[in-house]
Order: sequence, then C-alpha cells, then structure tokens
Amino acid sequence: MDTSSSLTALAQAAFWITIGFTITGACIAVFARNILYNVLGLALALTGVAGIYLFLGSLFIALMQLLIYVGAICIAIVFAIMLSRPLHLDTPPRPMPKVVMAVAASAVFFIGLAGVALKTKWVPAIERSTDYSVVTIGHMFLTRYELVFEVISLVLLVAIIGAIITAGFSRRLSS
Amino acid sequence: MNSLNTYLIISAFLFSIGLVGVLQRRNLIGMLISVELMLNGANLNFMAFNRFLTPEPVVGQIIALAIMGLAAAEAAIGLSIILALYRKMHSINIEQAQRLKG
Repeated sequence: MDTSSSLTALAQAAFWITIGFTITGACIAVFARNILYNVLGLALALTGVAGIYLFLGSLFIALMQLLIYVGAICIAIVFAIMLSRPLHLDTPPRPMPKVVMAVAASAVFFIGLAGVALKTKWVPAIERSTDYSVVTIGHMFLTRYELVFEVISLVLLVAIIGAIITAGFSRRLSS
Repeated sequence: MNSLNTYLIISAFLFSIGLVGVLQRRNLIGMLISVELMLNGANLNFMAFNRFLTPEPVVGQIIALAIMGLAAAEAAIGLSIILALYRKMHSINIEQAQRLKG
C-alpha cells in the first residue's frame, strides 16, 4: 500500500517535470533572440512531448517522435541556420506593438480553446480495447488504413523531388 | 492517471505559443520552428483523445504518424524555399522579401 502510493506520487512528479521541460523548451524556442537557442529549445520541447506520449501509453509514437522530430527535423533546421544572419551582430529591437498584438491574439485563442476543452462533457466510447502493440498498428496500416500509408508515401516523394528542384534550380539561375 | 483536460490544456498552450511565434518573428527559420510547435500541439491532442475516448487506440497513433510524415515534408520544402530565397535576396528576413507586394 505504502510503496504503491509513493510510486504513484513519483510518477506524478515525473509527469509534471516532463510538462515543465516541454513548456520551458517552447518558451525558449519562441522568445529567445539567438536562433541557435531557438533550435535547442525546440529540441527540448519535442523531447518533452515524447515523454508525454509515454505517459499516454504509446512507446512506439514516442520513439518515432524522437527519431523524426528531434533526430531529423532539428538537424535539418541546424543546417539551415548556417544561412541565417551572422550570430555576432546584434539584432534589431523587436517592434513592441507587433509583439503585444501577437501575444494578445494568441491569448484570446488560448482562452477560447481552453474554455471549449473544459466546458465540453467528453464521453468515452462504451467498449474500448487496450491494444497498443506495434503489431496491430502494422496490420491496420496495411489493411484498413492503407490509403493513409500510400498518401504519406506520395507526399514524401513529391516533397523530396520538390526540395531538390527548388534548391537546385535557383543555384543554376543565380550562377 | 491524469485527466484528459490536463493534456488538452497543454496542447492548447503549445499551439498558442507557436501562434505567437508565427505572428511576431521576422526570421523565416524562427517561423518554421514555431510551425513545428503548432503541429506538435495538434498531434498531442490526437494522442490524448486516442488514449481517453476512442474505441480503438490504433487510429490516433496512425493519424499521429501521418502528421509526423507531413511535418517532415513541410520542413524539407520550407528549408529548400529558405535556401532559394537566401540565394536571391541574401537575407532570410521576411520583411525584405516584398518583391510580389502589390
């Protein structure tokens, strides 16, 4: 009894620490001036979201999050930072009215969204299976949700070709 | 363990803070980072509903995977556009990319 309650308290503490990491990372990613800090904050926030996926019961999606977001997208953004303005120059000040209006608009949006989430009476489905295994995901991906799989493959192929053409043609035109 | 509302509030917060970034940054890469945060907020919402409400917990995970694939494609296209823009303008500040302004 005592051990189980202390384990629950430990899990609860881990949950809130994960959420703290996520929110801190998101704030760094948006409000820091140095673009390199932005990317590091993004990586922190995405790792925190992967931890939240673990609390939601899906190890597979958490690993995919680490692999795709933290491993691929953050590294690609670090490559693009080499094109940003030199880091040793001091940045121009932010226009204050723009920041205030952006924060106000987002605050209105957040209050609306949170109000809808809290007011709605969420009704869970009557029969719920608890099958989170990767085998089931694979079966469903190749049978009932085949279309999603094919469309994602097509989108990725088009994106790769488009990225190569966009980056390659401009080089030929400018040189 | 934790209720659905906790996760919904967290995902709404991630989405809103991404919205702040998209509205106020002038650096294109900063805007791309903020868009990634917004996509993660939406993804977290899907996973929370998947955990607490749906009859089959497979569906939300498949949607989350699809969103991750779309985010990867979006990042690749966005970064190549930034590359092309930098070669033309020698800057990635969006306030200087005004050649199409009417």
